[in-house]
Amino acid sequence: MNSTVAAAPITAQAFKSDYKPIWCPGCGDYSVLSSFTKAFAKLDLRPESVAVVSGIGCSSRIPAYTNCYGFHGVHGRSLAAASGLKLARPDLTVVVASGDGDGYSIGGNHFLHACRRNVDLTYVVMDNHVYGMTKGQPSPTTEPDWDSKLSPGGTGLRTFNPLVIALAAGANFVARAFSGDPNGTADIIADAIRTPGFSFVEILSPCVTFRPEQREWKQLVRPGPVTTTDDAARAARRIMTDDGFNIGVLYKGQRKPYQPPVGKGKKRPSDLEAEFAI
Amino acid sequence: MSTKQSTKRNAKVSSKKSARKSTKKSTRVSTRKTKAAAAPKSARAPKRTAAKAATKAMPVASASEFMAHAYAMEAEAAERYAEFADSMEMHNNHEVAELFRKLSRIEQRHADQILEQMGWKQSPVSSADYRWEGTEGPETADPTELHYLMQPYHALQIALHNEKRARDFFAHLAKVATNGGVRKGALEMREEEAEHVRLIEEWLKRTPVPGSNWETDQDPPVLSD
Ligand SMILES: Cc1ncc(C[n+]2csc(CCOP(=O)(O)OP(=O)(O)O)c2C)c(N)n1
Ligand code: SF4
Ligand SMILES: [Mg+2]
Repeated sequence: MNSTVAAAPITAQAFKSDYKPIWCPGCGDYSVLSSFTKAFAKLDLRPESVAVVSGIGCSSRIPAYTNCYGFHGVHGRSLAAASGLKLARPDLTVVVASGDGDGYSIGGNHFLHACRRNVDLTYVVMDNHVYGMTKGQPSPTTEPDWDSKLSPGGTGLRTFNPLVIALAAGANFVARAFSGDPNGTADIIADAIRTPGFSFVEILSPCVTFRPEQREWKQLVRPGPVTTTDDAARAARRIMTDDGFNIGVLYKGQRKPYQPPVGKGKKRPSDLEAEFAI
Repeated sequence: MSTKQSTKRNAKVSSKKSARKSTKKSTRVSTRKTKAAAAPKSARAPKRTAAKAATKAMPVASASEFMAHAYAMEAEAAERYAEFADSMEMHNNHEVAELFRKLSRIEQRHADQILEQMGWKQSPVSSADYRWEGTEGPETADPTELHYLMQPYHALQIALHNEKRARDFFAHLAKVATNGGVRKGALEMREEEAEHVRLIEEWLKRTPVPGSNWETDQDPPVLSD
């Protein structure tokens, strides 16, 4: 290691805004924010070359806490907004932040088709198995026996398996991370951004207020015992037989990202404006 | 995962637990850049799995590499305490916010001293490229240990836990170091951290111990009977 340093590299701090997060003390989302900014710094991006798009939920507040371009959109519709943005501005790095409610309940249909479409986006879902923002309703990833005032006796419903669904629907990069490992998560996010096409990163991010028992996740997660595969069926088998706590990049495919047709057919904004004129 | 323990607001803060559940000390460090393709390996495992995950980690080879790691440790700890202070401030727990702010300043001062001592303008390695044996540096506080109603006593318990981890980390590094400069640096740092442990223990003696109902909230965020 040398004691002299050349040009100063961009720091993670350079991607943080002046707004202080209002998440509950101890919420996993603080560390996810730190992983976002570390990943951007790692890739030597600039705030003006990144857009962070989200829906609604505690997790979806992330865009405000970065000083990149941001869009805090409509519940469950972050992928629609992000896809439009990426197609209109392919030069931007578009990262989408969502939660298990935003992404798998109200936004579930968009999730499937975004995987299918394979636009070059990175979709990060902070999964805490609950609707945090609206005070603790069960989400699609909530365990069927989670007994609470709002779901007495539990929902009894089978949980949604987002990684298998992403694989089946055609996502080109599928990974699971843990908020308690901010540097490892930053590596995974950076890898997801670098990989062309639709990259899906599920981050286990505890909700310490409505699911305090999730503090124990840090005892349960471990690096997945297998290496990344490009065989989606193999990846699906692995993920269907794990206990939900294996961390790492599960799958990286070779699908070509969706590119909008360019050239003669391309319309200018004024053409579109004319179409919508009354 | 069974959810039987769930729903009840059992968010006992850390500090009570933290002394008991001491994080396995990180004894080796690595600045190896993790390759994107090898991400499953790059994901760091906390606690019980840490030893396995770090089999490729290299002991620190030179005095300047050692100082770069020491800097990263202090800077990461300072950053985390500052984040805690912001979070507490946001939740109107100003007393604890101030305490975390003070802890952050102390850690940052140490980090700055290292830069000064080495004649560096900044650390030679970017913080995102550090890899600890556990998921984070040996002096970095665990965010899930926070509680919005926590008291200074709890915050100091967290700090004590981290100073002890840091002291043990340097003690181990001094023991396994093959380079004389690294050993000398590690022994010095161990002494410094041991002094911090003593100071925080003294501080704790002057700090009121919270009553058993410290986490009772008259207007709780969770519906209760
Ligand atoms: C159209 C619409 N329906 C419902 C809501 C209410 N709502 C706000 S956030 C949320 C769930 C958020 O859960 P999740 O995405 O898991 O985020 P978390 O808060 O857990 O991070 C719901 C149902 C809304 N804002 N808009
Ligand atoms: S309610 Fe849960 S998810 Fe929302 S900020 Fe609090 S801890 Fe985080
Ligand atoms: Mg949620």
